[in-house]
Amino acid sequence: MIATVWFCLVAIMIAGYVVLDGFDLGAGIVHLFVAHTDGERRQVLRSIGPVWDGNEVWLLAGGGTLYFAFPALYSAAFSGFYLALMMVLWLLILRGISIELRSHIESPIWRPFWDLVFGGSSALLALLFGAALGNVVRGVPLDSEGFFFLPLWTNFQPGKNAGIVDWYTLLIGAASFLALTVHGCYWVALRTAGDLQQRARALASKVWWAVLAFTALITLVSFRLQPHLATQFSSHPWGYVFPLVALSGLGGMQLYGAHRRDMAAFLCSCLFLMGMLTSAAFGIFPYVLPSNVSADAGLTIFNASAPPYGLYVGLAWWIPGMLLAVFYSVFVYRRLPAKPAD
Amino acid sequence: MDSALAVHRLHFAFTITFHYLFPQLTMGLALLIVILKTAALRTGNPSYNEAARFWVKIFAINFAVGVVTGIPMEFQFGTNWARFSKDAGGVIGQTLAMEGVFSFFLESTFLGLFVFGEKHLSPKMHWVTAFLVFLGSWLSGFFIIATDAWMQHPTGYKLGPNHTILLESFWGLVLNPWILWQYLHNMIAAVVTASFVMASIGAYYQLLGKFSEHAPIFLRTGVVAGAIAMVAMLFPTGDGQGRMVAEHQPVTLAAMEGLFDTSAGAPIVILGQPDTDKMELDNPLVVPKALSFLTYRRWSAEVKGLKDFPRELWPDNIPLLYYSYHIMVGIGTMLLVLMLLCVWWLWRGRLYGNRPLLWALMLALPFPYVATTTGWMTAELGRQPWLIYGLMRTADGVSPRVSAANGLFTLMGFMGLYLLLGILFLFLVLREIEEGPHPEPASIPEAGPLPEALR
Repeated sequence: MIATVWFCLVAIMIAGYVVLDGFDLGAGIVHLFVAHTDGERRQVLRSIGPVWDGNEVWLLAGGGTLYFAFPALYSAAFSGFYLALMMVLWLLILRGISIELRSHIESPIWRPFWDLVFGGSSALLALLFGAALGNVVRGVPLDSEGFFFLPLWTNFQPGKNAGIVDWYTLLIGAASFLALTVHGCYWVALRTAGDLQQRARALASKVWWAVLAFTALITLVSFRLQPHLATQFSSHPWGYVFPLVALSGLGGMQLYGAHRRDMAAFLCSCLFLMGMLTSAAFGIFPYVLPSNVSADAGLTIFNASAPPYGLYVGLAWWIPGMLLAVFYSVFVYRRLPAKPAD
Repeated sequence: MDSALAVHRLHFAFTITFHYLFPQLTMGLALLIVILKTAALRTGNPSYNEAARFWVKIFAINFAVGVVTGIPMEFQFGTNWARFSKDAGGVIGQTLAMEGVFSFFLESTFLGLFVFGEKHLSPKMHWVTAFLVFLGSWLSGFFIIATDAWMQHPTGYKLGPNHTILLESFWGLVLNPWILWQYLHNMIAAVVTASFVMASIGAYYQLLGKFSEHAPIFLRTGVVAGAIAMVAMLFPTGDGQGRMVAEHQPVTLAAMEGLFDTSAGAPIVILGQPDTDKMELDNPLVVPKALSFLTYRRWSAEVKGLKDFPRELWPDNIPLLYYSYHIMVGIGTMLLVLMLLCVWWLWRGRLYGNRPLLWALMLALPFPYVATTTGWMTAELGRQPWLIYGLMRTADGVSPRVSAANGLFTLMGFMGLYLLLGILFLFLVLREIEEGPHPEPASIPEAGPLPEALR
C-alpha cells in the first residue's frame, strides 16, 4: 500500500519535472528557429532565466526520492542505462554553462556558439528522455540479481537483444522531442511579444499536427509491443481517465492556440504531457521496470521498494518539504513580470 | 585490484574532487557575504555593499559550476555503485533525497533573487535572500555529511535479507554522533577557503594600489574570519574528528600516522615515508609521545600500530592516505600561523602596509583548496577497504554489469568536459577580478525587470 503511494509520488515528481523543465528544454529547441536576432534570443533566455535552474531541481529531487523509495529500481536502471545517462549528464552540463556563459561576452562568435550548444543540448535531451521512457515501457533484460546493461544500440529491433536505441524507443524519443517543441513554443508565446511571439505561435500550430500523428502512432505501437498495457487497462477501466486527460489537453492546445490564448494553450500542453506520462505509469503498474525476456524477472513496486518503515518515515518529511518547495516556486513565479519588455 | 573496480573508484574520486572545489567556496562565501551585508545594514557604509556585490558575482560563477558538476554525483550512486545503492539505498537515499527536497529548492529559488534582485528588493529583503541562500547551502552540506558519516560510522540500521541494510531508526541516521565533528570541521574549512580567497584578492588589490576602499574590507573580513576559523579547525573540530577516528577506526589512525608498531607513548610523525613492505618509516622526523597525548590525553598511553591489525583490515592505499593526511595537517598549520600573524598586524593597525605579509596572503590562495582536498582524501581513503565501515567492502559495492571499458569511456568524457569547464571558469573569474568591485549595483547584462541568468 505504502509502496503504491510512493509509486504515485515519484510519478508526480517525474511528471512535474517533465512539465517544468520541459518548457525550458522546448524553449531551447525552438529558440534557434523562432528567435532571429540577438535581442530576440535574449528575450527567450530571459523568459526561462529565473526558473530553469529551479525546474532542474525537480530532476534531482525526483531522482533522490526514487533512490530512497525504490533503491533496487534506481540501481538497476541507472547502471543498466549507464551510457545514455552519462550522456544526459554531459548534455545537462553543457546546457547549463551555455545559458550561464552566453551573456558574459558580447561577440558575434561567442554568443551564436553558445546558442547552438544550448539548442543542440536541449534537443538531444528531449530525445533521450523520450527514449528512456520507451525503454521502460518496452522492458529490459533483467538478470537473476535484478541488474542489466544495455549497449547504446544493437540491431535497432525492440526484441530480446535490443539496445537503448531501437526503432521503438527512437519513435518515443521523436514524440517527446515534438511534444516538448510545442510546449516550448507556447511558453515562448506566453512570455514574449512581437514577431517572436507570432513565430512561436505559428510554429506551435504546425508542429501540433506532427504531435497528433505521433501520439496516435506511439499509442498503437506501444499496445502491440507491451501486452501488459492492454491487460492493465482492461482490468482497471477507470485508468482510461489518464489517456482522456492527455487527449483533452492535446485538443485544447490547438483550440486555444488558434485563439491566441497562450496561457490556456500552455496549460493544456501541461495536461497533455502529464496525461501521457501518467498513462504510461498506470499502464505498466505494478511494474516499475518490466523485463523483455520473462515477465517474472521484472521489477515491481513490491520487489523494488524499500521496506515500509523507511517509506512511512519518508512521508513525514517529504510532505512538509514539498509543500515548502511548492510555496517557494509559486513565490518566484508570481514575482515574474507578466511579460518581459525588450 | 580488479580493473573495473579501480575505474569506478577513480570515476567517483575524480568527479567529486573537481566538484568540491566549487561548493567549498560558495558555502564559506555565503557566510562572509551575510557578514558584509550585515555590516552594510548596520553602518550604512556603501563600500560594504559594493564589496558584497563583487563577491556575489564570484559566488554566482562558482555556484553555477558547482550545480552542473553536482548533478553527476547523485547519479553515480546508481550508475557506478549499483550494488551499494541497491543494498543501502533505503538508508542513505533518505538523506540524499532530503537534500534535494529541503536545500536545493530553497537555494535555487532564492539564488536568483539574491544574485540579481538587489535593485528590486529593499536592503533588508536582500539581506534575507542572502541569509536563505546561506541556510540552503549549509543545509545541503549537512545532508551530504550525514550521508558520508553513515558510511564512516553506520548507525540506525539493521541487516535485512539478501545483504540488504535497512533503516531501523530515522533519528539514529540523522543524529549519528560522527556527524557533529565532521560537519563542523568541513563547514569551518569552507569558511577558511572563502576567507583566504577574500583576503588574497584584497592583498592583490592592496599591493597594486587598486580599489583602496574595498581592499581593506576584503583583508579585514578575510583575516578576522580566517583566523577564527583556522583556530577552530585545529581545536575543537580537528581534535574531535581525530578522536572519533581513534575510537571507531583505530586501524585508519595507525595508517594515517604511519605507525607500524604498537607503542606506549607513540610519537607523531612530522616527515617520513612509510614503507609498507618492510613495515617501517623511512627518514622519520617525529615529536615523541605526542600522538598518545593527542589521542588519549596521556603521554604514555598505548596506541595500536598497523602490525597488530590483520592485513585485510588495512586501508588499501596507506602511502596515499598517509601523505594526504600529512599534507592537510602541514598546510593547515602553516595557514594558521599566517592568519595569526595577519591578525596581530591588523590589530596593531599595520597590516595594510606590510608588503611581505600581503604577498604571503596573496600567494596562499590555492593552499586551502589543497588542504580541504587532502582532508577529504584522508577521510575517504581512511574508510577503505570498506564502503560502509564494517558492513560492506568497496569491492562489493560496484555496478556488476558496467565494464571497465564503459567506465573508462565516461571517465575520459568527464575529464575532457571538466578541463573545458575549468578553463572557462578561470577565464570568467579572472575577468571579474580584473574588473573589481563596482560602485553601482551589478550592471545587469540585459536590462529588464528580472535578468536573463537568474540563477
